[in-house]
Amino acid sequence: MDANQSSFDPLVRVRDLRVSFRLDKHTTFEAVKGISFDIPRNTTVALVGESGSGKSVTSLAMLGLLPPENSIVDPKSQIMYGGRNLASLSPDALRDVRGAEIAMIFQEPMTSLNPVFTVGFQIEEVLRLHMGLTGAKARARAIAALTEVGIPDPARRIDMFPSQMSGGQQQRVMIAMAIACEPKLLIADEPTTALDVTIQKQILDLIAQLQKKHQMSVLFITHDLAVVGEIADTVIVMRNGEIREQGPAKQIFENPRDTYTKALLKCRPQLDRRPARLPVIDDFMNGDGPGVIPERKRGVNPGDPIVLKVRNLGKSFYAREGIFGKREFKAVKDVSFDLPKGKTMGLVGESGSGKTTVGLTLMRLHEATTGEALFEGRDILGMSAREFMSYKRRIQIIFQNPYASLNPRFIVGQILTEPMEIHGIGSSAQERTELAFELLQKVGLPEVSFYKYPHEFSGGQRQRIAIARCLTLKPDILICDESVSALDVSVQAQVLNLLQDLQAEFGLSYIFISHDLAVVKYISDQVMVMNEGEIVEIANSDEIYRHPRESYTKRLLASIPRGWHGEHARA
Amino acid sequence: MNDLTIKTQLPARREIPHTVSPGLWTLAWRRLKTDSIAMVSLAIVAAFILLMVLSGLGVVAKDWAREIGINYAPPTFLGPDAVPGSPEVTNKVEAPAVPSGPTPGSAFNSTVVDPIGDVIAELKGGGARPAPGASPGTESKFVDPLGDVMKEIESQRAAPVTDGKSVDPLADVMKDIQAGKEAKGSAAAADDRRATLPFGADKWGRDVIAKTIKGSETSIFVGLAAALVASLIGSVLGAFAGYYGRWVDDALNWFYSVFSSIPYLLLILAVAAVLQHKGTMTIVLILGLTGWTGMFRLIRAEYLKHKGREYVQAADAIGASNARRMFKHIFPNVSHVVLVQMSILVVAFIKSEVILSFLGFGVPVDVVSWGSMLNEAQNELLLGKWWQLVAAGGTMAVLVTAFSLFTDALRDALDPKLKGKAGH
Repeated sequence: MDANQSSFDPLVRVRDLRVSFRLDKHTTFEAVKGISFDIPRNTTVALVGESGSGKSVTSLAMLGLLPPENSIVDPKSQIMYGGRNLASLSPDALRDVRGAEIAMIFQEPMTSLNPVFTVGFQIEEVLRLHMGLTGAKARARAIAALTEVGIPDPARRIDMFPSQMSGGQQQRVMIAMAIACEPKLLIADEPTTALDVTIQKQILDLIAQLQKKHQMSVLFITHDLAVVGEIADTVIVMRNGEIREQGPAKQIFENPRDTYTKALLKCRPQLDRRPARLPVIDDFMNGDGPGVIPERKRGVNPGDPIVLKVRNLGKSFYAREGIFGKREFKAVKDVSFDLPKGKTMGLVGESGSGKTTVGLTLMRLHEATTGEALFEGRDILGMSAREFMSYKRRIQIIFQNPYASLNPRFIVGQILTEPMEIHGIGSSAQERTELAFELLQKVGLPEVSFYKYPHEFSGGQRQRIAIARCLTLKPDILICDESVSALDVSVQAQVLNLLQDLQAEFGLSYIFISHDLAVVKYISDQVMVMNEGEIVEIANSDEIYRHPRESYTKRLLASIPRGWHGEHARA
Repeated sequence: MNDLTIKTQLPARREIPHTVSPGLWTLAWRRLKTDSIAMVSLAIVAAFILLMVLSGLGVVAKDWAREIGINYAPPTFLGPDAVPGSPEVTNKVEAPAVPSGPTPGSAFNSTVVDPIGDVIAELKGGGARPAPGASPGTESKFVDPLGDVMKEIESQRAAPVTDGKSVDPLADVMKDIQAGKEAKGSAAAADDRRATLPFGADKWGRDVIAKTIKGSETSIFVGLAAALVASLIGSVLGAFAGYYGRWVDDALNWFYSVFSSIPYLLLILAVAAVLQHKGTMTIVLILGLTGWTGMFRLIRAEYLKHKGREYVQAADAIGASNARRMFKHIFPNVSHVVLVQMSILVVAFIKSEVILSFLGFGVPVDVVSWGSMLNEAQNELLLGKWWQLVAAGGTMAVLVTAFSLFTDALRDALDPKLKGKAGH
């Protein structure tokens, strides 16, 4: 590159970056297809895309962290940084750049920190390697870094192990480690995805604040456009290894030109609107948009028939302590609510609030410690396991991770016909097969899927299979435990639409558990907010979002990333 | 395999054009096929198993016990005179030594043996290997500390020498005992004996190649069958312990710990003593009953891991019974672990069988295995007769190496992530 580097030159200039992966001897897969972009100095650039868009591969390529045995970076690719091409730098030279000048933070702080060393040791190690600091100097610098990222009492916490800290604090430690050497570029790969919404807000604020203070550039990688709206100066939207659109944040949010960007912005549920169905990517890509979608009204009226009455539900877990002692941990305390027929009860709360335990206890996948759940006047929690069998098919559950909830050794046909076999639905194998075909159509999968294994499907398709499996039993109540949380926004919209269609068709009642408040708001009639095992507030969903009564609810709602909302913090 | 059962289980009335997707085993096989080492070792293993089946059916090596060659007939490529201590010499010297054994008439159940006489005879027969300065007694102890069993066998064979018609009294007895059907003392057979055999003959003139084939049959059968028994016990107990946890796990773990705290060989001897009867199936049972512990730990850990997985919870949610979750849902997901571990066990048990038979706790005397061949070979080696050792040791080494390589390749094929290359 040219020698006269001025401060107007971008910090990083990526030109025609191509990365492919070797799948086997003969086939390769091109993950990044010749993209070009700049990261200017002292700015935050957001790289947005769904899974498989190539956004993470791009960031790994910039750091030279791609697995050498099966990845190929095209020799013509250029990643210019400070006059050097990072794409063709030797591993040793790259190691000097990495950590010192370009630092990275990852999605999972729990797995990115080494559990057997104290956080202080891990920060000091970076300082020793890149700045040559040792002993007291390194320690002082590490404490300063911890102070900077807002760890309370850093002089004491520096000697703690990662496991003694919460997820949010661990992510702060990761950030402290990344900024300890004053890097010029910080790459943040989905740094808030694994965190609760309130913590996410804090971390986003922290990154924005550090960026300003240290005048560094941040490359923020995420799947969620709403998150970057608050901190990005420039947004780059990627899909299938190509850049669909890039430009200033204001332009991308207010005036997107690319249809895919438009679709991404529209298919995420918004807090202030509730269309009868969410627009999906295909609406935009194969036509001129979904047109005007009528709004749907949701809410519960006092006269609605109740299908499930839960009273004083409690669940304790016991941990052994000493030889005879045990410690009780109350995951759910005294939870009571009514689930009206054909309606959706949203259940929100941060991790550890006990919302998932409520769902599992109602399914009797955990045995309740106290309380009752009346279904058609009978307490399903108190009856014997044998008696419960006939009720089991009336209440079904869809799990969070569609990759884990389907048996990998079963073909879809087996997955769908097994519940019918167990409960004696359909008189013959042929009849059950027919039913399975019908259900596949109902959830929008081709009939050929019957003969395939789960691994041949994408996340969204697998979640459809899981939904179809529940439907084979014709349940009255469906518990959705973070069922759309692991899905891309566009796929999430499709599954939410499907759930609403099925609710209308079969009169299903949902208990919809999620940490994503926007999604819960969209799909729920009623919302129940939980914190530390207790109900904070139950109200109709519009009511709770407009006029939250409890301070905890207010705090939770204030943390929801709202995307672009005119008055940009950085403008 | 999986795919076939599905087809028969779910006959679709309405035919939908489809291709059944490859399952785990099909995919593993495809990966395995690209691995040349795996395919070569698989071919070797398959050849050995084929040999075992053919030998078991009596197609090959049926007459392994017939003495078709002269005693210690050397391999053909060495020529008849290449070895010191030619058969004639051996016979002449050995013949007078025989009576020093048990008195004629004590017959098969004779247990009182002159322990030194045999060895002296052999040492003399060896000719080329005198033991200067050492008394025959100490020499025998030094050379062959485990020879007791060997002597017992030999004494049984040597005992009923009553007629002395034959030039070779030992061979004659062998015919009586093992070949049996032939007329006693048939002089014609003795005359027909060949001076050399393709890979030599043993002490009684039996073809080493046929003997090795027969020995392979025994050893491989013991290895496979014992691995099957151990895998069955280990995986069923492991499944129960891992799946049910709590007191079931505690009880089985206690049982396992007690079991594995007893020294392995002592345990084998104890089981052997309890089972009394000596036979191939006995050794299978001994190895199977003592060798399940590794499999148990492995499968228990797998079940512990899998029972918390969401797909098992989902099976619970749809009402699947415990047995269904354990064997229909979880087992197919751990079956590849069982297979790989079983493959490791086969190799281990083949080696165990060899050791046991070598020590004399293994297969009975009328059955030949690699272990008993090696046992015989240790005495023969003193006489410079190396071919039985090479035949048994070599085939064992080839099979065990091939089987181990195949196991490694199988594990990689079944779990490609283990190779450290992230598959996409």
